[in-house]
Amino acid sequence: MSTTQFKRIGIGVAFSPNLKANIYEAARLALFMKSELVLIHVGEEDDKKKAIIGEHLSALKKDQLISKVVFLPGNPVEVILLSIQNNAIDLMVLGALKQESFFKYYLGSIAREITRKATCSVLLLINPSVERVPCNHIVVNGLKDPKTQDTIRLAFYVSHKLKASKITVVEEVAQEEVNVKVDDDKTLRQSTIIRERLMHREKQRVNKLLQEVPLEHSKDITIKSQPIFGKRGYSIGHYAQVVRADLLVMNAPPKTSFWDRLFPHDIEHILGELPTDVLIIR
Amino acid sequence: MKQKNNIVRTIASIPRNLFSGLVVSLIALPLSLGLAMACDAPPIAGVITSIVGGVLVAIFGGSFVTISGPGKGLVGVVLVAVSTLGLTSTYAAIICSGLLLLVLGFLRLGKLADYFPSSAIQGVLAAIGLIILGKQFHIMLGNKILRDNTVDYLIAIPETIITAFQLSDTGQRNAAIVGVLSLAIMVFYSKIRNKYLQLIPAPMWVVICSVGFSYYCEFILKIPNPISPKYMMPSIPSLSEVINTLPEPNFEKIYTLEFIGSVVALALIASIESLLSIKAVDKLDPKKRRSNVNKDIKALGLSTVVSGFLGGLNVVTVIAPSSVNISNGGSNRFGNFFHASFLVLFILLFSTELPRIPLSALMAILVYTGYKLAAPEMIKRVFLIGKEQIIIFLSTLFVTLKVGLISGILAGLLATFLIHIFINKSIALFIKNIIKPNILMYKEENGNYFISVKHFCSFLNFNNLKNKLSVIPEQNDVIIDFSMCEFVDHSVMENLNDYQELFHKKGGNIEIIGMDMLDAKSEHPFALRRLLPIPGLMNNSKTKRQKDLELVALSFNLNYKPERQTSASHLENFMFFKTKKIEYTYNHLSHENSGSSLFDITFSEGEFIAKEVVRSTMLYVKLRKKIPQFALIKEGLLERFYALTRQKDINIPNQNDFSKRFYLNGEKQKEIQFFFNADIVRFFESNAYYHVESNGEALIIFNKERVASVKETKLLLDFGSRLKAKIEEQ
Repeated sequence: MSTTQFKRIGIGVAFSPNLKANIYEAARLALFMKSELVLIHVGEEDDKKKAIIGEHLSALKKDQLISKVVFLPGNPVEVILLSIQNNAIDLMVLGALKQESFFKYYLGSIAREITRKATCSVLLLINPSVERVPCNHIVVNGLKDPKTQDTIRLAFYVSHKLKASKITVVEEVAQEEVNVKVDDDKTLRQSTIIRERLMHREKQRVNKLLQEVPLEHSKDITIKSQPIFGKRGYSIGHYAQVVRADLLVMNAPPKTSFWDRLFPHDIEHILGELPTDVLIIR
Repeated sequence: MKQKNNIVRTIASIPRNLFSGLVVSLIALPLSLGLAMACDAPPIAGVITSIVGGVLVAIFGGSFVTISGPGKGLVGVVLVAVSTLGLTSTYAAIICSGLLLLVLGFLRLGKLADYFPSSAIQGVLAAIGLIILGKQFHIMLGNKILRDNTVDYLIAIPETIITAFQLSDTGQRNAAIVGVLSLAIMVFYSKIRNKYLQLIPAPMWVVICSVGFSYYCEFILKIPNPISPKYMMPSIPSLSEVINTLPEPNFEKIYTLEFIGSVVALALIASIESLLSIKAVDKLDPKKRRSNVNKDIKALGLSTVVSGFLGGLNVVTVIAPSSVNISNGGSNRFGNFFHASFLVLFILLFSTELPRIPLSALMAILVYTGYKLAAPEMIKRVFLIGKEQIIIFLSTLFVTLKVGLISGILAGLLATFLIHIFINKSIALFIKNIIKPNILMYKEENGNYFISVKHFCSFLNFNNLKNKLSVIPEQNDVIIDFSMCEFVDHSVMENLNDYQELFHKKGGNIEIIGMDMLDAKSEHPFALRRLLPIPGLMNNSKTKRQKDLELVALSFNLNYKPERQTSASHLENFMFFKTKKIEYTYNHLSHENSGSSLFDITFSEGEFIAKEVVRSTMLYVKLRKKIPQFALIKEGLLERFYALTRQKDINIPNQNDFSKRFYLNGEKQKEIQFFFNADIVRFFESNAYYHVESNGEALIIFNKERVASVKETKLLLDFGSRLKAKIEEQ
């Protein structure tokens, strides 16, 4: 698996104060992954814009960055989704917004919609910076889901490319799975035994998944598997925040409907409250 | 075999439970009679309630040492029901509330009371205390009056006291004297420590004295009882009469608003009172068993239905008799059962003697009970927790008195919520996060449970935290981290304190961390806490952890200083801090002359938008000799700590295992290899993992990128002093 997983990385370019940081983050990523960078701007092509983007890119040219710029006017969500298809982009980079005062990040409505509808993987960045902040600790979900296998494999691929030192596979044990309701000492004992058994089972399942990961990607990394108790899809974000992970890798959610947004679950929680950088694998 | 053992043990426990059941029945009898009369129900109704509850809850219940019977909390509700619906419809309402409780039990909603803020519940209980006290006070002083509502009864109290001194009717005056004497017995009983006197509970002394007095008059003085017959207990029907004249519950008003209101209020207050009692009793249980609350609620519901059909009142778990049960050696549900059996026996044998009890004496017992519920100490206690709690408490109290119980509880809920919004100056914090699963729990590698709480934690969502806590076996160590939480309310603090006691009793430990940054509203440990708007502005009131650290300092003979210090020049020449900025240190524990100290530290990595703030607890050890500079880290964590100063791992010859487990780095390889001799290596191998770094003349030691719990702090101190000794003896 020496060939690159993400052939083309896309990024939306808007002329905001974050422009430089965004471009630098995406460019660095493209260099690490040995992929082509596609900069998408929603709007008419004009020389002034071209010049600004060109200026930022020229600083990166020396690293042999392959890049192209796409200008397309229209509805931002539609334009970006269309460009993803037209340019065969494998990974779309989106920036998050920061909530006032407390260090909290959330995703704006446009980015949110793109995340839901995109057909490629999506990387959500909470604080893009011009200088590189090293990515050391990656947390990846180990949900019982057919997609998990791929997600874990890609998480290792990414951590190998970004030279991360530690990866934690998090299995979420839902309280509902422990069928015994704790009422008194007896049921407490029963539920503790069942919980330990579930944790063991989950650990074994994850170990099996880990065996599928190519040795080349896993040999230099500390691997930890951690069962947590909480709400599926939400608590993993909480965990990533507690252990101060640098990147959280997650499965893509199944198609969401109106009801899912009203009663958020899985990934919707994380979009509303980004714990760290999040990579959603499709 | 195990089964057989259990049976033997159960049989062996019968005699002591028989005894405790007897003592309990002595207190339950006068209380049952009095409470039933306070409800305007026939006195026997109270005894029926106790008997039915005692038998059925003993068989079907899920708790161990509780006693069931008519509750004082119900007085206010039943009184209203009797006056608006009439007695027969009240029985119907009682039956329906029993069914409602059964449903709640099956839906596992027995913990309903957990959703109410503590101060609101205190307010409701105080209001009930005032209702009981207000009405019975007049009868106690021989002045039967009728008023429209409870507030009027309370207002009339001074008037009654004045008239008590001017009573012209001797019968009435004697009743008042007996009432005051009985109240004196109730008040001073607990002050007299005599083991024979204490054998019989105070209410029974009141009964014994008054019945004895009546016999004294009849047989020795040969005069009729000097107390007016109007102030004597009405006659009690014999058991056969009770069975023959069962009341017919009247279900005609079932669809009226008053009826439904009564049913809901009865069920609500029954579950709240039972839950509070069960919780309090579980704390007293010497065997530390955990009661099955839902099973108990089901049993209480069932017995309430039966009791309603037999002409009794709502069955709830009663606190006073339960505690008497425990202190007299009750160890299982036989205690409850025997208390019911003795009540049957009493009614069979002494039902003709009971009318010898003066009403004023019985009501003195209730006045004392009511006073205990609404005592000024209660208000003082609430006030100490915080001024805002007084607002909640008083608004609940007044609405309950003026309008009713359900309105009172709703008012309490609303007041609490509004105050929380006001204190945080944000409604969004609650609305946005209320349905989020804000609790994360996982087991750390060393077997500790770690729970992190986000956003806010108040009565609204305490259930989330409770659900997690209740599945942890109490022998474990738990760390609850509130550092991501912006607001913690008083109900949560109080409930957590209960959990801490519970864990402590069973050998576990709950440690609360991350509170140091939250501003408390008062010095009280249960005070609500809110994130400081300007982080770092330390407030005056110490947190539990800070108080514990103070104790640690005392036991290790160290000085404790909670104030923060911004200068940390002695730390800056450590490799670890090369890429980090020390914001400040606080909670210092220092040794006077050695220069070593332990402290919480806040440092940041990166700047501006990439800034990450980290808190940790570190130990700084000043050494008396020079050693090489080095850093010793667990394999795999190196990059995390030393992102920029990546250096080679130094291997110690002939210590392969050590070299594999630890990452050792430093510039002077030879000196380091010499320093790490077999003795030092063995020390590190045989102790728990800590990150240790030397700058040549001092060490810093820590192990987590979060503030350490008090237990961990002690371990850290111990590790540090042993390491220092080891190095200095080289």
